[in-house]
Amino acid sequence: MSIEWYIVLSSLLFATGAIGILLRRSPIVILLCLELMLNAGNLALVAFSRMVGNEEGQVFALVVMVVAACEVVVGLGLIVAIFRRKLPLDVDELTELRG
Amino acid sequence: MSASSWAWLVLLLPLLGSVSVALSFRAVPARVAGAVGTAAVGIAFLCAVAALLSLLGEDADSRHHASTLWTYAEAGGLEIDLGIYVDQLSVFMMLVVTGVSTLIHLYSFGYMKSDEGYHRFFSYLNFFVFSMLLLVLAGNFVLLIVGWAFVGFASYALISFWYRRTTATGAGMKAFVINVVGDIGLVLAAFLIVRELGSFDYETVFAKAPEVFSQGEWTITAICLLLLVGAFAKSAQIPFHTWLPDAMEGPTPVSSLIHAATMVTAGVYLIARTNVLFYLAPTAADIAAFVGLGTLLIAGTIAIAQTDLKRAIAYSTMSQIGYMIMGVSIGAYSAGLFHLMTHATFKALLFMTAGSIISAMANRQDIDRMSGFWRAMRFTSIMFVIGGLALAAFPLTSGFFSKDSILSFAEARGGIYAWMAVGGYVGAFLTALYTFRLIFRVLPGRPCEEAQHLIDTGELYHGPPINPATEEEEDTDVGFPGAHHHIAEQSWPMAVAMAVLSFGALFAGLVQVPGVTNVLFGFLEPAFHDSPLAEIHPSVAAEWRGLAIGAVISIVGIALSWLLWVARPELPGLFRERLRPVYLLCLNKWYFDEAIDLLIVRPALAIGRFANDVFERLVVDGIVDGTKGAVGGAGGIVRVVQSGFVRGYALLLIAGFAGLALYFLVVSQ
Amino acid sequence: MEAVLFFAAAIGALGGAIGVVAMRNPFYSVLALIVHLFSLAVLFLLLSSAFIAAAQVVVYAGAVMVLYVFVVAYVGSGDESAWEPLPGQRLLAPLLGAALFVELAIAVLASSLLALGSDGPEVEAGFGDPAAIGYLLLEKFLVPFEASSILLLLAAVGAIVLAGRRREGGRA
Repeated sequence: MSIEWYIVLSSLLFATGAIGILLRRSPIVILLCLELMLNAGNLALVAFSRMVGNEEGQVFALVVMVVAACEVVVGLGLIVAIFRRKLPLDVDELTELRG
Repeated sequence: MSASSWAWLVLLLPLLGSVSVALSFRAVPARVAGAVGTAAVGIAFLCAVAALLSLLGEDADSRHHASTLWTYAEAGGLEIDLGIYVDQLSVFMMLVVTGVSTLIHLYSFGYMKSDEGYHRFFSYLNFFVFSMLLLVLAGNFVLLIVGWAFVGFASYALISFWYRRTTATGAGMKAFVINVVGDIGLVLAAFLIVRELGSFDYETVFAKAPEVFSQGEWTITAICLLLLVGAFAKSAQIPFHTWLPDAMEGPTPVSSLIHAATMVTAGVYLIARTNVLFYLAPTAADIAAFVGLGTLLIAGTIAIAQTDLKRAIAYSTMSQIGYMIMGVSIGAYSAGLFHLMTHATFKALLFMTAGSIISAMANRQDIDRMSGFWRAMRFTSIMFVIGGLALAAFPLTSGFFSKDSILSFAEARGGIYAWMAVGGYVGAFLTALYTFRLIFRVLPGRPCEEAQHLIDTGELYHGPPINPATEEEEDTDVGFPGAHHHIAEQSWPMAVAMAVLSFGALFAGLVQVPGVTNVLFGFLEPAFHDSPLAEIHPSVAAEWRGLAIGAVISIVGIALSWLLWVARPELPGLFRERLRPVYLLCLNKWYFDEAIDLLIVRPALAIGRFANDVFERLVVDGIVDGTKGAVGGAGGIVRVVQSGFVRGYALLLIAGFAGLALYFLVVSQ
Repeated sequence: MEAVLFFAAAIGALGGAIGVVAMRNPFYSVLALIVHLFSLAVLFLLLSSAFIAAAQVVVYAGAVMVLYVFVVAYVGSGDESAWEPLPGQRLLAPLLGAALFVELAIAVLASSLLALGSDGPEVEAGFGDPAAIGYLLLEKFLVPFEASSILLLLAAVGAIVLAGRRREGGRA
């Protein structure tokens, strides 16, 4: 398969993740959709790495994975904290940061 | 030591006195402060005498020195120095100022004895002497203006010395504001001078002026008119005179020093000093002469109707300064200065006696309540009479010789000026009349209550402390005069000062008896040799004729005054009834205060009110509030975006990303 | 052979993604994501990136997803309400997503990058091996490597601070 298939697949997955963020209200699911987008980015990176011929893209993808992991940790920590305070787990209810 | 060095010392000593008294006021008892202040000015007087002797040691044509201590600024071809100019004129003024000041300090030593603000008084008084000396010694226009402004400040500080009295502070402000108007004139004149002649320095300016200007050019006339504005404001000539009668709110030594002998003569000094410029602007000089004549006559008429002792003497001062201004404007420089000197002695003496009498009256100044002091206070009364005789130009007193030297010069110059001499003689008649009105109202007759108390008990009458102008009761705290007063008979410093001045009032004229002695004019005239007007000398015969006319007028005036106020005291009442409008005009000071209020004060207040109500509220507040509203409104609109909904933000984000991608797609085609 | 594997993995990835977005129950979304991640690992293998594929399975599908499972189990699966407080969101979201995909696809397919239409250059046998990645990490990309380890530390500390219990037995 030529590389363009992988890239187009990556953009499709990215768009799906974006739609998910815009439509879902549970913070957990929003984080999951964020994972989708990050993975789509990883797929694109690895595909380009194969296209170019060296592994630098893969190292980049590795670091992205690290970042994703950290972000998940902190995000889930936030969700747990919100749950502990008996606040509703719904991003449309948590609107205090507004003008 | 050269004359300049002595002059610097004279300048320094009162300043040191002022500062040391001011700084040590808590640590040092009152008497010491008074002694230090008096000594400072006294030693300054001795230094002035030394400067005179040093100057006399040189030959007559080179008796002028400019001495610079320090250069303030040197930029753009302009040089401003801390420099003095010592010549006959400045040494003469120095002697008059320091001499009279020393005596007045001595007088204050006794008069202000029980005042709470004793230290402050001497500090201010010394500062005033320093400022006046700075003014007369200045060697360039900048320093002149500095001295001018300092003198105005000192006058303000001393008029409102009893600062708890609203009348006093109001009078101080009035004096200061009118003085500032004069300052503006002086500063504008200095600007014009430096623009046309390129320098502030006296020697340069007076040398260059005849080369740059031709006679009667409008620039030099403008300069002289602006100088006149300054001179008239400081010397209380019409129309800038309204501050002087109110300045009588200050303590009597202040009235006698500042508002009789020294500060108000600054205008006379200015015109004499800038005589070169005035020669080039004859229109301005004539205007000055007419203003002097007008003031002379108007102030004389007002003085006849006044019932407040100090105010009557103040109007007399205004009138005499009118003589001096008239004199120096028509070219009688030495004569005008001669009258300045004699006037300083007898007017200071008159104010001192007034102070003594007011003390005996428990701080009341109304002559309607005074009578019979001849029996109660003999020494003061004799001093009063001596001063009055000199003021009325009684034969052989100092005022006799000095006043007539001006008038005979005017006659000798001829033309319109001879008519000014006639006006001057009319003024002399009025002077004799109002002076002896005061004397004959206060001294003879049955003693009033306060005088009787003094005769019976030998102690001063003790009344409640009141404001003499408004009759309201006062406190005895600091800022008010207090309950204790002092008269000359009981206070030796006051008596000594008055005695010395009476000597001057009687005999100072003998330095310049026409045809006999020529001490003063011989000394002063070389200072004015640049001016062709100084060449005019009335003949000795003409002078003696003038003296004879003056003597007759003076004696007739005194006799008429005796008639009206001693022999037939019902006559003044009749005159008042018959000539009621004239009487009211004089009593209300020719309505100058009301006119100024109508023409200047009310429009100014109206402008201020308009600025506040309309401009401030609508324009300024409108702009500020409008900006505030606009920013707030814009913020309110933008704020809608911050909804708090995460998904909304995400939508905007992705929409923006999509838009950007579209843009790049389109652009790259 | 390769094409078959590609399409299978692609369908798995896409299905997993749609499952994450569409499922009501968050737990099912987590499971859908795990499927998606495995499919992606297969795609990585097809691209000769063995190490990344392994890392994807072990780290991502293994550790991160386990974290998610724990949290979902703790938090519980609440249903989402049907009412939409933001006007137009339900309409605009798919629209914008579709627009994004279309633009990116056009950008890729119409680009003049020559290698995109090919299978890429011939790579030797050790391409994508752990050794190759290791060399890069420790030589060329040492600083990012160290930085990411610090990042991990920060994240761990942050999580403890955020979710730790208070002394008095937890605040409301």
